Amino acid sequence: MFFCAQCNRACQVYADFSSSTCLVKPAMQKGKVELYTHAMVREVITNDQGLATGVVYIDKKDLNEYRIGAKVVVLAASACETARIMLNSKSKQHPDGLSNSSGVVGRYLHDSTGTDRMGILPELIDRPRYNEDGVGGLHVYSPWWLDNKKLDFPRGYHLEYWGGMGMPSYGFGFGMDTMRKYITDELGKPTANGGYGAGLKNDVRRIYGSTVGMSGRGESIPQYDNYCAIDPDTVDKYGIPVLKFHYKWTEHEVKQSKHMHDTFEEILTGMGAIILGTKPGPETQYGLAAPGRIIHEVGTTRMGDDPKTSVLNKYAQAHECKNVFVVDGGSFVSQADKNPTWTILALSWRTSEYIINQLKSQNI
Amino acid sequence: MDRRENIKVLLTGTVATGFLLSSGCKPDVDTTTTDTEIKGYGRVPQEILHDKKISSETFFSDKEKKMVTILVDIIIPKDEKSGSATEAGVPDFIEFMMKDYPKFQTPMRGGLMWLENFSLASYDKSFMDITHEQRIALIDQIAYPDTATVEMKNGVKFFNLIRNLTCTGFFTSEMGINDLGYVGNRPNQWNGVPDDVLKKFGLSYDQRTLDTCLKIEDQHKIAKWDAEGNLIG
Repeated sequence: MFFCAQCNRACQVYADFSSSTCLVKPAMQKGKVELYTHAMVREVITNDQGLATGVVYIDKKDLNEYRIGAKVVVLAASACETARIMLNSKSKQHPDGLSNSSGVVGRYLHDSTGTDRMGILPELIDRPRYNEDGVGGLHVYSPWWLDNKKLDFPRGYHLEYWGGMGMPSYGFGFGMDTMRKYITDELGKPTANGGYGAGLKNDVRRIYGSTVGMSGRGESIPQYDNYCAIDPDTVDKYGIPVLKFHYKWTEHEVKQSKHMHDTFEEILTGMGAIILGTKPGPETQYGLAAPGRIIHEVGTTRMGDDPKTSVLNKYAQAHECKNVFVVDGGSFVSQADKNPTWTILALSWRTSEYIINQLKSQNI
Repeated sequence: MDRRENIKVLLTGTVATGFLLSSGCKPDVDTTTTDTEIKGYGRVPQEILHDKKISSETFFSDKEKKMVTILVDIIIPKDEKSGSATEAGVPDFIEFMMKDYPKFQTPMRGGLMWLENFSLASYDKSFMDITHEQRIALIDQIAYPDTATVEMKNGVKFFNLIRNLTCTGFFTSEMGINDLGYVGNRPNQWNGVPDDVLKKFGLSYDQRTLDTCLKIEDQHKIAKWDAEGNLIG
């Protein structure tokens, strides 16, 4: 077995992709990278022509301020943090923040929609054991399959599935006070919820791997009025003004969430599952997760051809500061229902090639 | 955690829950150690400080720890397949959880006290001094949430908490994982769903899946790249 304790902050044995292990390390090996860690960038500094000359950062360990000069500044701090840096980068040439005469920096912030439901499959109680790692959303998903013309909401969503005989981690075995009744005897008589002793111990074994759930993750409609902006009253511990957020779902996302729950019920019922919990209704926006909960925040420095309505051009180059680029989710004008990471990587690649090309042509 | 949250955690085994508590154990690490600086654990300095702080503190009094030990072995006793909760280290796990998640402290301490008072009221004796049968007679009144009387509500809440922590502590220990028969977490070794299981559900793999996803002979091949990052084999 392969016990190594920590999966969630990059695989410690390099068995899975993460940017630090699979991108940063090989780049370091080429010997052309100087990496500054624990560096909290406060602002991009500019010259009299309004061009970027570098960044100011606070070293999180010694709490001193440092400057790094640069020919080109590429921001990839994540959509909201990049917007924060740009909004905090005020100068004579950029009075509203870097490349922000349009006022669009921070605007059109949008996250994926999300909601979930689960059930227990009596047929799967007492499963034979085998390796079921990866049976869930890591490998199985249903892309959007319907035609919006026949629906009351635009765009779509996909389904991710979970369950299976995964590795027990903290929380495994909780809930026998409500779940044990789904284990029945030969005559179909339910076991009493709760309990203790050898029977309880055996029932945790029996119920293992018998539940299945699904998550809907969908496309939301970017809104000018959903935005992050600098909070003039608050700084973080590095003295850097923080963001505040204004975000409300519209009826499009709420209707989508309602549709997701109808789909969950249809699939779970069709599978023969006993659906757990209650179906969320309008009072909770049909279980729609709060904005930010699905952590696919994008759109704050959107790209476009018109500098009046966008921050970046199609190469993710700032309209008003040609040696600044953004290669995180900030450039997204919209996002499909699927996770944005691969699109971020692809766009970063495209931008990188453009930067090389522009440097060679001495345009920047 | 509320109940919904509990259920979610219970059932989403394959979904990363954000924190893994089965003590960090690379094969070369002695998992019985209480040393908090486990090699390869990937902790930031603040977390190392937190780990040191909570490992230097003791939450339970001796009497509380003894009560917890009695209770966890009633909840998960030794059987023909594996050892008891105590043999799997559950009391120490619960001690750890009290400090790592302080919101558990009052419900746990108060619950133990509630049970002690219940014992005094019922038998005029401490829970520590009554017989096993007498303990079971008390626990039977708080172990079944759907049929317990209203007066037992506090006891039921406490017993749900200690049942949850006992089950999760036991089944995330090495003993519990072996008991459960978890067979994943084996890199490069996925042999598909066994034939008898497929047959039972009337399913089979198509040739394309077998050819592309289940080439057992390729399982331990490691890709090679040249210095420029090109795949060369």
